[in-house]
Amino acid sequence: MNAANVDALYQEIILDHYKNPQGEGLRDDFDTEVHHVNPTCGDEITLRVDLDGDIVKDVSYAAEGCSISQASASVMYELVHGKTVAQAFAILDEFHAMMQSKGQIEPNEDVLEDAIAFAGVAKFPARVKCALLGWMAWKDATSAALSLKEQEQS
Amino acid sequence: MSTFDVNAVRQDFPILGRRLAGDVPLVYLDSANTSQKPQQVIDAIADHYALHNANVARAMHQLGAEASEAFESGRSKVAAFIGSKRTDEVVFTKNASEALNLVARVLGDAREIEGRGPIGPGDEIVISQMEHHSNIVPWPLLCERTGATLRWFEVTDDGRLDLDSIELSERTRVVAVTWVSNMLGTINPVAEIVRRAKSVGALTVIDGSQSVPQMPVNVSELGADFVAFTGHKMVGPTGIGVLWGRYELLASLPPFLGGGEMIETVAMERSTFAAPPARFEAGTPPIAQAVGLGAAVDYLSSLGMENVAAHEQQVTAYALGRLAEVPGLDIIGPREAIERGGAISFTLGEVHPHDVSQLLDSQGVAVRAGHHCAKPLHQRFGVQSTTRASFYLYTTEAEIDALVEALNHTRKYFGV
Repeated sequence: MNAANVDALYQEIILDHYKNPQGEGLRDDFDTEVHHVNPTCGDEITLRVDLDGDIVKDVSYAAEGCSISQASASVMYELVHGKTVAQAFAILDEFHAMMQSKGQIEPNEDVLEDAIAFAGVAKFPARVKCALLGWMAWKDATSAALSLKEQEQS
Repeated sequence: MSTFDVNAVRQDFPILGRRLAGDVPLVYLDSANTSQKPQQVIDAIADHYALHNANVARAMHQLGAEASEAFESGRSKVAAFIGSKRTDEVVFTKNASEALNLVARVLGDAREIEGRGPIGPGDEIVISQMEHHSNIVPWPLLCERTGATLRWFEVTDDGRLDLDSIELSERTRVVAVTWVSNMLGTINPVAEIVRRAKSVGALTVIDGSQSVPQMPVNVSELGADFVAFTGHKMVGPTGIGVLWGRYELLASLPPFLGGGEMIETVAMERSTFAAPPARFEAGTPPIAQAVGLGAAVDYLSSLGMENVAAHEQQVTAYALGRLAEVPGLDIIGPREAIERGGAISFTLGEVHPHDVSQLLDSQGVAVRAGHHCAKPLHQRFGVQSTTRASFYLYTTEAEIDALVEALNHTRKYFGV
C-alpha cells in the first residue's frame, strides 16, 4: 500500500457513490442547516437535518468537492437517515475512529456497511478531511437540532 | 552570458533524482508553491550551522562577528540582485505574507505619510481581483482600522488585469497589486500601474513573490514604493521573506513589531527606534536563512536571470501547446506564452482537482490542487478549484510530456 496504489483509495463503492450520490439535494423540511468548508481546498457542503423525535428523519445536502468528499456524504446519508440519533452518532464515532487510524483499525462492516470502503482513504492523510467533511457537517447540524428541541421543550 | 543547460542545472538539485512510490521518478511541477533547493544553498546553510553559528549584532565574540558578517552579506546580495540602490532598503521578514502585513500595518499606524496625513475615512486602498490571499486579507483589515475604503481592479475573461475597471484619484492612498499571478500566470503591467498610482500621489506595493524568482527585477527602475517576495520560491530556504522599501519612506514609518534589535534606546514607558531596516526586524532574525538566501541569489545570478526567464518562457509555451491537446482540459488564464509566467491552472472535465492531483501523484507528478490561496479569482472564473502545474529553471519538456501522459491516464481512470 503506497501513494502509487490509488485503487486502494478509489474503491468501486466510492466511485459509484460519487457518480450516483444518494439523498443529494436540499429538501424543504428541516430543523437546522449548516455550511461547512474545508479551508485548505475550498470543498464545501450545505447540509440540513430533520429530526422526528429521536429519529434522523432526513439529511439533505448540496456539496461541491472531490470524489471522496461527495461519496462520503452519500454514504453518510444512507447510513444515518432512519436511524435513531444515538445509533447515528455511534456510526459517526466508528467512522471517525477508522479515518483517524491511519489504516490500523480493522473496520466493523456490520456498523459501517459501504463506509468500510473509506478504510483506504485513511492511509492518505491529505484526504482524511475530504472524507470527514459531510460527517462533521451532519454532527454539527444534528447537535444544533438537538439543542433546538431542548429549548423548545423547556 | 553562459548558455543555459537544464540538464546541468538539474544535477545541482539532489531531490530531482528521487524516485517515489511505485519506483517512478519525481516530476516536480509545483514550483509556484515552493521551489526545490540546489546543493549550493543546502551546503551554505549546513556550513553556517556547522562552523559559524552565533547570534548577530550583539555577540561580541569571533563567531558573532562571522555570523553578523554572513547575515549582512545575505542582505547585500539580495539588494544587488533586485537592483536596490541601498542595502538598508532590504528588510528581512519571515515570508512574503509577513512583508505585506508589515506594510499594511505600519501604513495604518503612521500619523503622517510623506506630507499627507494618516490614512482615514474617505481614503481608498486599491488592490486587484488577481491577488493571492496574502495581498488581499491585510488590506480590508487596514480599512477596518482606519475607516478607508477598499476597491479593486477587475480581471478580464482572458485573465488580464482590467486597468480601466476603476479610476484612481487623489483619494487613492495605496495601490497594492501582484506582479505575476500565482494562479493565472499573468504578468501584469506593473510599470504602468506604478505610473498611474504616482500620478495621483498614491503609494505602490508590489507582490513580487512569483516575479522575483522568474525574471530579472530592478526595483529602482520599477519606481514602486514597496516590493515583497519570499526566499523559498527562489531556490532559497523557507523562513525568510523580503520587504524592499524606498529608504526615505521606510525611515518615516513607525515600527512593526517591538523587541530586541529594533530600538535605539528603551525606557520602561517609551523607546526610540532604530533606523531601517533594523526598525522592522524585532528579535533574532532568520540568520541561517539569510545566508541560504544569499547563496540562492548567487546561484540564480550565476545562471543569469535572463536565461532563467527565457527557459521559463520556453517551457511554458511548450506546456500550453501540449495541454491544449488534452481532451476536456480547459486552461484558466492566458493561453499564449505572452506576458505570462510559468504557472498554468486548469480544469479537466468534471474531475475534481483533488482527484486529478491524486492520480497525477500516483504517477510521480507533483502539482497543486485547490484554490491556490486565490479564492476571489477562482470565483471570478466560476470555478471552485483548479489543478495547477508550475515550472521553474529545472523543468524539462520531458516532464511536461509526463504530465500530459498522466493527465490522459487520469481521464481514462475517471471515464472522461
